[in-house]
Amino acid sequence: MVIVGAGPAGVRCAEALVHAGVRPIVIDEAEQPGGQVYRQPPTGRARRSSAIYGFEAKKAVSIHRAIGDAGARIDYRPGTLVWNVYGDGLDLLTREGSRQQRFDRLVLATGAMDRALPFPGWTLPGVFTLGGAQIALKAQGVAIGRRVALVGAGPLLPLVAHQYANAGVDVVAVLDTTDFAAKRAQLSGLCASAGTLAKGLWYTTRNRLRGLVVRYGVRSLRATGAGRVEALAWREASGEECSVACDAVGASFGLRSEAQLAELAGCRFAFAAAARQWLPEKTPEGRSSVAGVYLAGDGARIGGADVAELQGRRAALAVLEDLGLTVNRGERESLDRALARQARFRRALDAAYPFPGHLLDAVGDDEIVCRCEGVTAAALRQAARDHAAVDINRVKALTRIGMGRCQGRVCGEVAAELLARACGSDLERVGRLRGQPPVKPIPIVASAP
Amino acid sequence: MAGLFQRAIDQGGAAVALTIDGEAVQAQQGDLLITAILLHRESLRRFEFGAGSRAGFCLMAACQDCWVRLADGRRLRACSTPVEAGMAVIIEGARPG
Repeated sequence: MVIVGAGPAGVRCAEALVHAGVRPIVIDEAEQPGGQVYRQPPTGRARRSSAIYGFEAKKAVSIHRAIGDAGARIDYRPGTLVWNVYGDGLDLLTREGSRQQRFDRLVLATGAMDRALPFPGWTLPGVFTLGGAQIALKAQGVAIGRRVALVGAGPLLPLVAHQYANAGVDVVAVLDTTDFAAKRAQLSGLCASAGTLAKGLWYTTRNRLRGLVVRYGVRSLRATGAGRVEALAWREASGEECSVACDAVGASFGLRSEAQLAELAGCRFAFAAAARQWLPEKTPEGRSSVAGVYLAGDGARIGGADVAELQGRRAALAVLEDLGLTVNRGERESLDRALARQARFRRALDAAYPFPGHLLDAVGDDEIVCRCEGVTAAALRQAARDHAAVDINRVKALTRIGMGRCQGRVCGEVAAELLARACGSDLERVGRLRGQPPVKPIPIVASAP
Repeated sequence: MAGLFQRAIDQGGAAVALTIDGEAVQAQQGDLLITAILLHRESLRRFEFGAGSRAGFCLMAACQDCWVRLADGRRLRACSTPVEAGMAVIIEGARPG
């Protein structure tokens, strides 16, 4: 029994299995549990959890402690990268080198990363993702700059702005690329998770009261500077052009699922229109299309940390049922009810923060699409035009977009969006980049059989 | 030289000495390599495929933008590697690729 990932989904799944007398192996790339959302400062640098995680401190600490509390009842393997799934085995990279691990059942709780979209200057030193800006503060106690502009299209934006301002950093602009009206229209749906809504409103209000420059419906972003970011310019919803001097930008536009391992495990994928991403099919209980492979948390669908905890526990019950063990019916039903309520909240949240496609409509020919190798939008458009490429994998072969170190994590969906625009197709029809092992760079010596 | 990052919350870890392009700098125990470098420098490496430099992007070991070279030949992802005493980071002198 192997769980990949020790964020909220993986940890809660492991805990529920332990509770039923099953001893799972938990493999995690990080050195300490928590995932990115509850990422911990390195050992020896402990800070008060309330200072790091704010309202979420109790949940964070509970996740951090769960694996330690289980002691030997969990086979916990931190600092271990799963870089391939084949049949009933995993290829691992540990500190000691390459290893393999067989599994009977596999729960993938691989989490998410920021969804990045290209805009002029997005590869300049000083431009980070919003999640990256948050991790710098959370896990290292550093800010990405002295005068920081923050850009987003999701609920992370008011949170990071609040955290940076609280830490005494000069937050010079808080720019939301989605419209305010969209949020107001979703108020009743957002009440499905009233606590989360209340926290969001609190961050937003605090940011206002501090006098931060907060703008909605921002278009046409441009970071400029010689060798590093020195200013950020944008167009207001009113059409007015604005700019601010800054030495760092935290910008991203929602989250995307890290689903490469599910693909290598052979899971069937389907196009998810709301996520604008191909995602592994899964039942509400967490079963994938492959018997014995389960999916939980943001790695299969963006739902946030609370949903990830619920899904981790629910997937554990599915595993136990499939093992022929009896599960507590009351617990199963209460999890299903909580997940249904959270699904209503998520639909409203997605509608409150619609995808800022206007940024992609504005991508110029000389813009870098593939950060890893510097491949431009012009190369992609030329491939579409000269080779009549209508499939993203054909564009990959022609341009190397998606072949760099990140293996298409950052550029894959962006390239598909741009290709769909270039050839007048839709996002679903241009397809998705095929995942390949290794899913992250490994030393050549580690890949030897 | 001013770096990109600033220490917002000084956690007061023990000093760790390293060099960047031969210049001695101090980090703290518990700093990741990206933190140790960007507190003193504006970038991590020259971009191998075009103009400019790179300084990392996602800080969660996903985007692979923060690989750096050490004088001893090691190549490390700076956002997931703790700084160690004696590391000799090469930014300007690194052969691209």
